[in-house]
Parts: sequence; structure tokens; C-alpha cells
Amino acid sequence: MKTLAELQAIRDRMKSQMASRGTDADDIRIVVGMATCGIAAGARPVLNAIVEEVENRKLTNVKVTQTGCIGMCKLEPLVDVIMPGSEKVTYVHVTPEKARRIIASHVVNGNVVTEYTVDGEKA
Amino acid sequence: MLERAHILVCGGTGCTSGNSNKIYSEFQTRLKEQGLESEVKLIMTGCFGLCARGPIVVVYPEGTFYQHVKVEDVNEIVCEHILKGRPVERLLHSEKEEDGSLKAINETAFYKRQKRVVLRNCGIINPESIDEYLAYDGYKAYEKVVTQMTPQGVIDEIKKSGLRGRGGGGFSTGMKWQFAHDSVSDIKYVVCNADEGDPGAFMDRSLLEGDPHAVIEAMMIAGYAIGAKQGYIYVRAEYPIAVQRLEIAIGQAREYGILGKNIMGLGHDFDIELRLGAGAFVCGEETALLNSTEGKRGEPRQRPPFPAVKGLFEKPTLINNVETYGNITQIILNGADWFASMGTEKSKGTKVFALGGKINNTGLVEIPMGTTLRTIIEEIGGGIPNGKKFKAAQTGGPSGGCIPAELIDTKIDYDNLIAIGSMMGSGGLIVMDEDNCMVDIAKFFLEFTVDESCGKCTPCRIGNKRLYEMLDSVTKGTATMEDLDKMEQLCYYIKENSLCGLGQTAPNPVLSTLKYFRDEYVEHVKNKRCPAGVCKALVSFKIDPALCIGCTKCKRNCPVNAISGEIKQPHVIDASKCIKCGACLQGCPKNAIVR
Ligand SMILES: Cc1cc2nc3c(=O)[nH]c(=O)nc-3n(C[C@H](O)[C@H](O)[C@H](O)COP(=O)(O)O)c2cc1C
Repeated sequence: MKTLAELQAIRDRMKSQMASRGTDADDIRIVVGMATCGIAAGARPVLNAIVEEVENRKLTNVKVTQTGCIGMCKLEPLVDVIMPGSEKVTYVHVTPEKARRIIASHVVNGNVVTEYTVDGEKA
Repeated sequence: MLERAHILVCGGTGCTSGNSNKIYSEFQTRLKEQGLESEVKLIMTGCFGLCARGPIVVVYPEGTFYQHVKVEDVNEIVCEHILKGRPVERLLHSEKEEDGSLKAINETAFYKRQKRVVLRNCGIINPESIDEYLAYDGYKAYEKVVTQMTPQGVIDEIKKSGLRGRGGGGFSTGMKWQFAHDSVSDIKYVVCNADEGDPGAFMDRSLLEGDPHAVIEAMMIAGYAIGAKQGYIYVRAEYPIAVQRLEIAIGQAREYGILGKNIMGLGHDFDIELRLGAGAFVCGEETALLNSTEGKRGEPRQRPPFPAVKGLFEKPTLINNVETYGNITQIILNGADWFASMGTEKSKGTKVFALGGKINNTGLVEIPMGTTLRTIIEEIGGGIPNGKKFKAAQTGGPSGGCIPAELIDTKIDYDNLIAIGSMMGSGGLIVMDEDNCMVDIAKFFLEFTVDESCGKCTPCRIGNKRLYEMLDSVTKGTATMEDLDKMEQLCYYIKENSLCGLGQTAPNPVLSTLKYFRDEYVEHVKNKRCPAGVCKALVSFKIDPALCIGCTKCKRNCPVNAISGEIKQPHVIDASKCIKCGACLQGCPKNAIVR
């Protein structure tokens, strides 16, 4: 027999697993470029790293999706972070390590990692 | 690992018959092929409602809604959408905003005016996973009543919500629970009526297929409220998917200690068993259902005593419909006031309808009580196919009546429907257009009830049979005007003298079509003409020689060689051979064939 506490633990665990099944305007969206150019440049491990990080940190208000080619192939892998109420931030040449830092700094704490953006790279 | 995308494949009966099982296994294969099986979750859900566009597949987190998906399309969805994030445009169920962007699915005409209370989990959770049900506050309402409310407190809350039975009668659910509670007995029962015998209705089936735990939890709450430890779900064997999912759900609940003794360690016992019916309409009538559950012949009992006093195995029994139970957990969790804020003065909450017949979006819809028929047909239903005109809608199935086009602005609730001579019924809503003959419709429903009458009482067994014969003579052009009056009298006689609801309501389709479409009956009787061209005995097919170009198409289409004529010469139909199938009409390029 499951106790009340055990049932609640199942609810909590399942809720975070199923969070992606609702669409809420307040959600943070992370979009990974996954066209042929993105995949060739290593977008798959980036995507996996992001999903892992979102899970480990139990970020139930974050939706990870992919998109196709946006025409800046030489900057791939590209990752967009869209926080509700603010402009989209595009990160370029993302690696799994960079992705983890983007989540820790930008998604969790709201500080854009400027050095990974197009303008930041140039500077 | 957390799955980044969820693919939901509809496993309702409609989509299953459209091969969604194969679509599911094809997804399994293709995801594996691409090495995606650990990042993507694949789920079979219950009904999404838009059955006309099935099989349906929805991909989250984007909420992309794919329609008419075929097994061959799966690879493209996996390789394009799942791998590269490019939705497969040609399969999208989409409506565009004015600026050309895609509307969110909840903003499309079919879903926008709906309010999903009972169907909240259908098409969202995996009905075969108790964990997914738990994630959406599953079994929390039960926990709340047992830990925080008295049985009388539960009953008061249900009364206050204004919930009325969704099985047809519309009796106050709270009152019914009170009667069962007040009956003194050491043994009581909770029964769920999942017989759903109305032709064209599939609300209850869809709820059981899509969210079986919601019904189980509600029955547990009812058990606590009235003091019962045993529940029965009476479901027809013709619903194999619903039966299977119920069996799985009951098994999982027992495994978790949610059904059985000392549930969740809270000291309350409750268990549920299934009883399979053989699919007789009369077994949906509550007393016949009780007989059948006991293993006896499915014939109604005299009432009173009502089941709340003397029901299953002669013990006090609460019997409610599937959809009625579907509302209970939400009333407990969100409060009676929340529930009562939806609907009209005397009909609270929402109602699920199975939308069928001459309508573009056939499927399952849940609307707030008080929504007009116009909204259902023109907006949610997407109008009538082929530019035809709306003629009438039948609610309440064989026990109900029709709503003619001039009453299309009627607000749908229990009392308004009764006032115009129809009834809510369990939720079948069949739309008819100008090509439907109303006499023929009445005959169709009466033929059904004659067939399904159990034969126990004479008014129903013989009265309805005679009524059917009279209707038949109208459709053959052999009835007289006096017959119409006699028919009406017989209708009232049957209604007043039958033993159970089957006979008491069987004449309703005849009475309501006589009321709103009497001119159509008169046309059959006086002029021997069926205005809609449906009643075979009254139509004859002719070829207009002035229009016929002698293309020979009709001659080739005719299955009985009743058409003759030389090429480029006007053709003729031999009336003695013609079987009036209408095959010649199709394909005539000049509309030269008249009936
Ligand atoms: C001929 C006949 C068929 C019925 N079929 C059903 C049915 O299929 N499902 C149902 O819930 N109620 C059906 N009913 C209504 C039941 O007798 C009963 O009123 C209902 O189960 C009560 O539940 P409720 O108060 O939750 O609506 C039928 C009644 C009659 C007279």
C-alpha cells in the first residue's frame, strides 16, 4: 500500500516529467537549431545537455524545443532563450558546456551570458 | 532522463479504427531507428474529440496538432519534426490568424468555445498509467473528502454545486446521494451506469477510455458519502477498449492500495468490480441494469421502491452515469461555487455531446450549459457539409426529439430542451440537413426502440409495434389523415402506460416531428410525396428527355439494367425494374435525372 506521502512523491515526480504537455504563456522557451547544419555542427549533444540540465534542476517552467535552419549556418549550433516579457537572446557556437552555463546563469538567474552571443563573440 | 518531447497518439475507438495502433508502433520503430527513444516519450491517450479528423497525433512541447495521420507519415514526422524541429505542414490541423500566423489549437473554431471539465484529461494523459493520473491531482479529491470532510459535508457540497444527472433524467445528484445516505443498511452499493445505449452516442465510452481513474475516484467518494464499500461498473461488452482500460486502472489502483481495505491508510474500504452487459438498450434503464448486474434477465422493475431504498441485491444503491461521476472530483477540488458559476440558472456545469450526422466536425465536444445550438453547429461543428441547409437536430436519441432550424438559438440546458419537446438525454446530438426526411428519422428511432423493447409490458411491446406500422404506412403513402390523429393518440397512450422509461419516451421522436414537421407528414399522406426524396415507395426516377445527351453514363451505373437508350439519344428508366437506389443520379453530367 502506498501512503499519502508516497502518492504525493509520485505526483511531484510525474508533474515535472509531464510539464511539457501544457502550453503556458509564462514558460521560458529554449529553442535549439536542429536543421542539418545544426546537427552537423553538434546540436544533438547540446540539446541533450540542455534537457539533462533542465531535469536536474527541476525547471518545470522551461520548454525545450527545436527549430529548423534560420540561415546563419556558420554560427551553428544556435540556441535561443526566450524569457517571458523580454527579447529573445540568441547564443552561437554553443557546446554542451556553454549550454550548461547558459542555463545556470541566464535561465535560472536571469543574467545573459553576453560572451556567447553574436555580439559578444565579436567583441 | 527527462524526455524533451512527448508524442501523443489518440487511442480512442475512432482513431483506433483508423489504425492508430499501427501508427503508435511505427513511431516506436522510427524513434528507435533514429536513436531518439530515450529523449522522446510516446503515449497512447484517450479521445481528443475531433474524430472527423482522425487519426490524430499531437506533439509537445509545441502542441502541434496533426490530423489524418497515416502510418506512412510517421517517418516524416520523426525525421522532420522530432529530429529537426520542422513541423510537417501538410498534416497540420491549422487555422490562420489574420496576419497569417498559425492559431494555437485552443483558439481554433472546434476547441475555442468548448470548456473541458469532464474531458480535462482526455487526450492529455496516458489512461493506462495511474502515475500520469496522479500527476494531474489524481486521487487528491478522495484524500480531501476522507481527511477533511464528513459524508454529509460531501453530499452538501454536491447539492450546492447544482450537478444534475448526465444519464438522461437530469435528477439532482446531491439529492440522490442524500437518499442513498439516509437509507439505513449495513450493506450499500455504488453503481456506475456505463451502458450507453443511445445510437450515435459515445461520450461515456470516450471518458472511460481516456480517463478511467476519474470515474473510479468519484465512485470511491460516493462510497464514502453514502456509506458503501462495494462498487460495480456496468459497461457494455461492445466497448472492448473501455473495458480493458478499466481493468488496467482497477488493477493499478489495487496495487497502490487505492482500492481495497484501509485505503491510503485512512481507514476507509472500497472496491470495484466490472459487470459486462450484452448491449441491450433497456439495460441502461437503472432497474433493468440492476437485474442484469445480479445475473437476472435485463427487465425493469416497478418503481418505487427506488434503487436508493432497495436496489442491487435488495440493498440501498446509488446509481449514476459515467459523466455524472466525471464531474465529482472537480467539484470537490475546486468547490461547488466554481462549478455553479458555469451554466444556466438550473443547469450547472458543462455537458459532453457526441456530435454526428450531417456536420463537418463530427466528434466529441464539451460545452458550458446554455451554449446555443447555433454555436455548436455553426462554430464548433464547422457547419453542414456540401453547402446544404440545416434542418433539425435530434437530442436525446430514441427517447428525445428534434429541434427544428427555427429554434437554432435555443440555449441548451435541461429545462429549455424539455420545453421545446426534446430532452437532454445522455448527449447524442445528430444533425440533419434538407436531404433528411423527418418521417423516416422518426421511423428509424422507433424501429430501434421496437427492437430493443424487453417485452415485459404491453403498451411498449405492442403499442410501439403498432405505432411503427402506422409510420411505415405513412412512408409508403398508404396512410390517411385520420391515421395521423390516431398515431398521436397512441403516442400518448404508450407514454402514459408503459412500465419504464423506454416505453414512456419511445414515442417522443414521433411526437416532436409531428409537432414541427407536420406538413411533411401531410405531404406523404395527401400528395403521396416525400419532399426529401428519401421514402423509396414515394419516389420515382425519371430522365428529362430535353436535358439528356445520351452519354450512357447512367445506363452503365445502373446495377439492375433498368435504363435503356442508344448513344446520343435520350435514355429512359423502366419503372418496373428500377430499385430506386439513386446510382444513376451520381455522375449525370446534365442533372437530367429527376425524382
Ligand atoms: C431505456 C433507457 C435507457 C437508459 N440508458 C442509459 C444509459 O445508457 N446510461 C445512463 O447513464 N443512463 C441511462 N438511462 C437512465 C438511467 O435509468 C438512470 O436514470 C441514470 O443512470 C441515472 O444516473 P444519473 O442520475 O447520473 O443520470 C436510461 C434510461 C432508460 C429509460
